[in-house]
Amino acid sequence: MLRVDALTVRFGDVTAVDDVSLELAAGERLAVLGSSGCGKSTLLRAIAGLEAGDGTVSVDGADLTHTAPDRRPIGLMFQDHALFPHRTVEQNVAFGLRMAGKKESARTRRVREMLALVGLEGFGEREIATLSGGEAQRVALARALAPAPKVLLLDEPLGSLDRYLRERLIDELPDVLGATGTAAIHVTHDHDEAFAIGDRLAVMHAGKVLQVGSPGEVWAAPTSITVARVLGHTNEIIDGVTKVVWRADAMTIDPSGPHQAMVDRVHFRGVDHDVRLRTHDGRMLRFLLDDPPAAGNDVRFSIDPARVLRFD
Amino acid sequence: MRTRERIGVGDALMLLPALFIGLFFLFPVGTVLWRGLGGEGLDAVFDLAKSPRQRDVLWFTFWQAAVSTALTVAVALPAAATVGGLSDRARRFVRSLVTVPFVLPTVVVAGAFDELFFATGLDTGDFRLRHTVWAILIAHVFFNYAVVVRVVGTACAGLDGRQAEAARVLGATRWQAWRAVTLPRLRPAIASASAIVFLFSFTSFGAVLILGGPKRATLETEIYRYAVSRTDLTRAAALAVVQLVAVLALVAVSTWLERRRPATTRMARPTRTLGSRPGRWLNVGMATALLGAPLAVLIERSFSTGTGYGLSHYQALGTRVRQLPAPATTALWNSLHYAALATVLAVLIGVVASVVVVHGRSGSRRLFDLGLTLPLGTSAVTIGFGILIALDEPPVDFRTRWWIIPVAHALVGVPFVVRTMVPLLRSIDPSIREAAAVLGASPSRVRREIDLMIGARGALVGGGFAFAVSLGEFGATSFLPRRPEDLTAPVALFRLLSTPGDLLRGQAMALAVVLMVFVSVSVFVIESSRGTAEGSL
Repeated sequence: MLRVDALTVRFGDVTAVDDVSLELAAGERLAVLGSSGCGKSTLLRAIAGLEAGDGTVSVDGADLTHTAPDRRPIGLMFQDHALFPHRTVEQNVAFGLRMAGKKESARTRRVREMLALVGLEGFGEREIATLSGGEAQRVALARALAPAPKVLLLDEPLGSLDRYLRERLIDELPDVLGATGTAAIHVTHDHDEAFAIGDRLAVMHAGKVLQVGSPGEVWAAPTSITVARVLGHTNEIIDGVTKVVWRADAMTIDPSGPHQAMVDRVHFRGVDHDVRLRTHDGRMLRFLLDDPPAAGNDVRFSIDPARVLRFD
Repeated sequence: MRTRERIGVGDALMLLPALFIGLFFLFPVGTVLWRGLGGEGLDAVFDLAKSPRQRDVLWFTFWQAAVSTALTVAVALPAAATVGGLSDRARRFVRSLVTVPFVLPTVVVAGAFDELFFATGLDTGDFRLRHTVWAILIAHVFFNYAVVVRVVGTACAGLDGRQAEAARVLGATRWQAWRAVTLPRLRPAIASASAIVFLFSFTSFGAVLILGGPKRATLETEIYRYAVSRTDLTRAAALAVVQLVAVLALVAVSTWLERRRPATTRMARPTRTLGSRPGRWLNVGMATALLGAPLAVLIERSFSTGTGYGLSHYQALGTRVRQLPAPATTALWNSLHYAALATVLAVLIGVVASVVVVHGRSGSRRLFDLGLTLPLGTSAVTIGFGILIALDEPPVDFRTRWWIIPVAHALVGVPFVVRTMVPLLRSIDPSIREAAAVLGASPSRVRREIDLMIGARGALVGGGFAFAVSLGEFGATSFLPRRPEDLTAPVALFRLLSTPGDLLRGQAMALAVVLMVFVSVSVFVIESSRGTAEGSL
């Protein structure tokens, strides 16, 4: 339905988005994962029509490359929400409907529907300045969804929320998008969020989309060491000419195991422990274990070959 | 692929303010320059340099402005620091209170001080204040107190109080923390406020004319003397050129200081550790004495009938006296009428101009920025004088038309609209405009829905100032020849005050009180609609 072809955005000498092609099916959610500054926000802004670039953007076969942002059937939810401070919650949510020339009765109904969908019934008269972070976030979502865009772009929508709210909204967001049947591109730097929300996952680095696939596929088989790094893998071992990455769940404590390292520190995480090891040549390794060894001791361990990634 | 579009403003939209400013400001001021620099004008400029009296006038203009500025900052700084520590609501109330004097008609204030000197016996004798330089200086502190309190007080409120607290925790006394942490951060605001006060004192007209007495003269009153009393237009133009150059230099400095002033962050916690309780009361006492005493005397005298208190002076406003071409009530009605018109004009021009300054294409933006900075600093006297000598021949023989008065007032009022709207428009987060665009608003719709709606509050505040300023405008109006029935209230008041003897004093005081009430009401309307839009004047 949404098709992005060879999209490139340059700011002077910097290429923020480099030859990106994507496809999105109706009702599908694509998570774009990348560290800050990788060009993922610019990608969304270019799809929405807020940045100029080369390449084409089309929805349902209609070329939108030269269409102004206000005439694209695309919604964008901004990172800092960008709510209109001079209007109430209701007026914010109704804005897109008003622009589309909807009648007042239809607007009122739709606004009520949207506020109910995001769990903010009765918030219509509230001033924007009185909203908490989580409430503002939901209003922004309701506002973006109200005009029923064919595609919704979400730019780090959960970035400014505390952990508890984030986790709750990670659960709710797919439900809300599913209820409206809206296709979405969700940009984030957090791999847990990307895995939870995306039907498919695109990994972005330095302006390029490096790999696209289901979250499970991408996690299990990153196509390059860069993708592995973006996914949060840190245990890089050089084995001759090939680079080897030990996944954080690959290690078992084994007195007769082939490897040895000193336990540097252990963080309790609730369910499991985050264990940092220092090898004898000074390399740091990180594993997740249920039963951690005591810090300060040497430990022998083995590595599950099925949980090792190799890059030539 | 399209976008990152500067909101393009149609050329037709810019035509209105461009024409207005061109015809009623640039052309008259250009004529002044041409008269002052061309032919015998240039000789007159050089003659000025040779004349000891003119050298004295120039020197006096400068030093009284410098001393006025120093005094104002010294008196108002503690108050500004106290205001910064108040709650938002209390701060807004105090700001309104000190803003009343700022927009009070100069003629009213001068009359009030004159009356205060009479009432306290300071009009003659060893401690005489009447017709001395001290009278002028005190009046300038009175007017400009609000500038320092508003600009510096807002900066104080925007400071992060935790930095001073950090200094206290590290062992600094309250005073040391203020000196070492707070004061340096206020320095840009103080510099910017000082520049404004200096400019206002430098171009002060009514106060100098009335309080300074017949012998004291600044550039402004000297231009008036030559242009109106002696009708020596060449000499007046030469003086106006000197004035214009000096003022432009001052505006340049002031703009530069304004740019350096960092935007205040409203998120910061106010510094509440400032000012002990007795210190706060001392401030309130000083402010009350300075701002309240002359006004109290003014009100008292307006009701005093010699044998008791009554409304006879107010009743007398309805009948014409020999010194006035029309009854004072007609003058009041005219002033209200002109002020309403001037406000509409100033808001119309100011809004369009502000939008162009913030969003226009870079060429027109720069042109407007410049075109608007000029009236900002140009004194009312220069504007009045320019209209007097430029718009006197067909097809632009406008100077005797009644509507030239509200037009001149609008020119004085436009900068107030621009000064409140531009910071407001600049403060709009660009992502809000983008959000509106993505939600389907066309560029012109974005401008209407976002910029105009948010800017409307600034237009209201600026319009309120324009209204108050027009009600009290004296400098420009005094240059325009008028038909008797076009008399304005400040001009009528000036005539009544310049009449020797006690006969008309009571009536003058009554007229001053009525003007003061009108102005105060508009200030409180301004402040209540201002909301959180703080910052510039």
